[in-house]
Amino acid sequence: MTIILTSLIFAALLGAILAVVIGAAAKAFAVEIDPRIETVTDMLPGANCGGCGYAGCADFGKAIVENGVPPSQCPVASAKDAGRIAEYLGMKAEEKEKVIAVVKCSGGISTTERSPYNGVNDCRSAVLVAGGAKGCDYGCIGFASCARACPFDAIEIRDGLAVVHPDLCVGCGKCVDTCPKNLIVLVPASVDVHVYCNSPEKGPVKRKVCKTACIACRKCVKAADNEDQMIIKGFLIETNYDNPPISDLVEKTGCPTTALRLASKHAAGAYEGVSK
Amino acid sequence: MSPKTHKFKGGVHPDDSKRLSASKAVVDAPLLDKYTVIVHQNIGAPPEVVVEKGDEVKKGDLLAKAAGFVSVPLHAPTSGTVTAIDKCEGPTGIRVPSIEITADGEDTWGDCMTPIADWQQAEPADLKQRVSDAGVVGMGGAGFPAHVKLSPQKPINTLILNGAECEPYLTADHRLMLEQAEDVVLGAAILARILGLETAIIGVENNKPDAIAALEKVAGKYNVQVQGLPVNYPQGAEKQLIYALTGREVPIGGLPMDVGCVVQNVASAVAVADAVVKGRPLIERITTVTGEPLVNPGNWRFRLGTPVSKAIELAGGVKYQPAKLLLGGPMMGFAQSSLDVTVMKNTSGILLIPAEQVSLYTSEPCIRCGKCVQVCPMDILPATISQAVENERFDWAAQLNVLACIECGSCSYVCPSHRPLNQHFKRAKAEIMAARRKEQKK
Repeated sequence: MTIILTSLIFAALLGAILAVVIGAAAKAFAVEIDPRIETVTDMLPGANCGGCGYAGCADFGKAIVENGVPPSQCPVASAKDAGRIAEYLGMKAEEKEKVIAVVKCSGGISTTERSPYNGVNDCRSAVLVAGGAKGCDYGCIGFASCARACPFDAIEIRDGLAVVHPDLCVGCGKCVDTCPKNLIVLVPASVDVHVYCNSPEKGPVKRKVCKTACIACRKCVKAADNEDQMIIKGFLIETNYDNPPISDLVEKTGCPTTALRLASKHAAGAYEGVSK
Repeated sequence: MSPKTHKFKGGVHPDDSKRLSASKAVVDAPLLDKYTVIVHQNIGAPPEVVVEKGDEVKKGDLLAKAAGFVSVPLHAPTSGTVTAIDKCEGPTGIRVPSIEITADGEDTWGDCMTPIADWQQAEPADLKQRVSDAGVVGMGGAGFPAHVKLSPQKPINTLILNGAECEPYLTADHRLMLEQAEDVVLGAAILARILGLETAIIGVENNKPDAIAALEKVAGKYNVQVQGLPVNYPQGAEKQLIYALTGREVPIGGLPMDVGCVVQNVASAVAVADAVVKGRPLIERITTVTGEPLVNPGNWRFRLGTPVSKAIELAGGVKYQPAKLLLGGPMMGFAQSSLDVTVMKNTSGILLIPAEQVSLYTSEPCIRCGKCVQVCPMDILPATISQAVENERFDWAAQLNVLACIECGSCSYVCPSHRPLNQHFKRAKAEIMAARRKEQKK
């Protein structure tokens, strides 16, 4: 009987002492956490894509609350979602233009094949050996490094060519760094007209290896409402994203090589070289 | 012959197929109408082009000057007119800058460098400057500027000449040592003088007994040693050759100079001898044109800028359609997609491979048999590193010393799962070096 009693009293005493110690430690070593960080992180999309430049949504949430980084820096959240976060924190909602990725190449394997390639199925490996299977030195080599990097499944490899689906792309930019040919650029999502070619070579050289290369014939420059809308860069023409042309330019131009395309129709497989 | 050589770890024994061209004497290739000289033929900075379209050049005139220390000048392969400065097919499948020279048929030498006849009395620094001015690079395949290797920052006590030629099929160095043994030995002596050494060792694989005999006959003249080496690929790799001849191991990330060695290819030694004694820049080289599909494989002395298509024509054309064209040997050579690519300073071979020897395979999972580990001459773990690379764990690959890989291809050669190990390592090395450069910029 006494044994039971002693042990009970001892256990109760020990419990009481430890409770006081733990309680004191909890007060003394408490880490201040702003409860808003968790709320903001929950309001973020949770894709952890890193498109904002932070390690993930939680890190970005912390940066919003603590450093006042604008929530609109998240490429995935819609303007409405970002606005809600700004409102919750009492910040001024900032509008940020949505961007999407464009792969500046239209040469599918059927239009530009040079020789068979039998090696690692990865763009960064393939360029080290013989530059892949295609004839163009500057074009997409089609081993899907960008598609694998995309957290939103917005890039599809079709006929050995990476095609971005503008409706799925959120513009996080994860694909940009993976491309060994530096073909992927982030452009305003509101612009639909792009030149799908990146080769700085002269027209005849490009045409020899690719049917859909831009040969800088300037038809699109002339057809544009304002000559400033398309920029001539050597043997290549580029959309002026500061002063973009409207979508009917593609039809008005009738690009002889179909390098000038609408991103939406390119993704839908409406042009030569990217048949579905 | 000194008695002891060392056996490096690993290595493979592919069929060397040298019989196709080993007995064919070197023939001077006939003069062509047009040469397309690739500007960047060396490791390091590309030289700066100094000629313009329409310029008249004489044979041996400067086409491009060295841009920096790790760079070499480029000289005209024949006399004629510069008709284009454009791009042409390069050896890695990417179009590269080139200079097109239309020959005038005269083939006259320009005002070349003055020969240094009494090189035994000349200042080593002058001799080194001559090597640099002549545009000599490592002609075994790498194309590393020769004068850079001759400027070591550490004390050197051994000069090694690489005549191993361990790549299957290639016989260019073999024929060179056999036919120009005196020039090889002379080059060795000049290189030794530049480095302040008394002697040099020429390492030759034992499958070339005639070349060893020819070298030994003249070696005594300049106090050069000739050493036969067991046949084992990659015997001719720099670090393996040093170990085989001296028993010294180059540390990981180190250079041959860390163990007091300088290694030069035998063809480079001949180019050095030509530059010093005859005052001639490097504008031609011996290249083996070989492969079963060829009617008449052999060895030719080609001017730089000779298209591969002309080389194949000289070899009598093909008996049947080959499946693959390589520049270099079958182990480390580069597959080509065009016949327009031209002979460069480091083109040791032009190799055609028949369809039955080219297998298109799919890479299968590693079965952990360990064959790659057994054959790896650098003692790294190819199987494990390849898995690190497949998972894009380049930090892990770096820990496993992928940077020590010499890309000899022995592991890919033995892998029963046909894993593209060598390609994985190339990628890992490129990614790690890119990450380090990025880090340094910060």
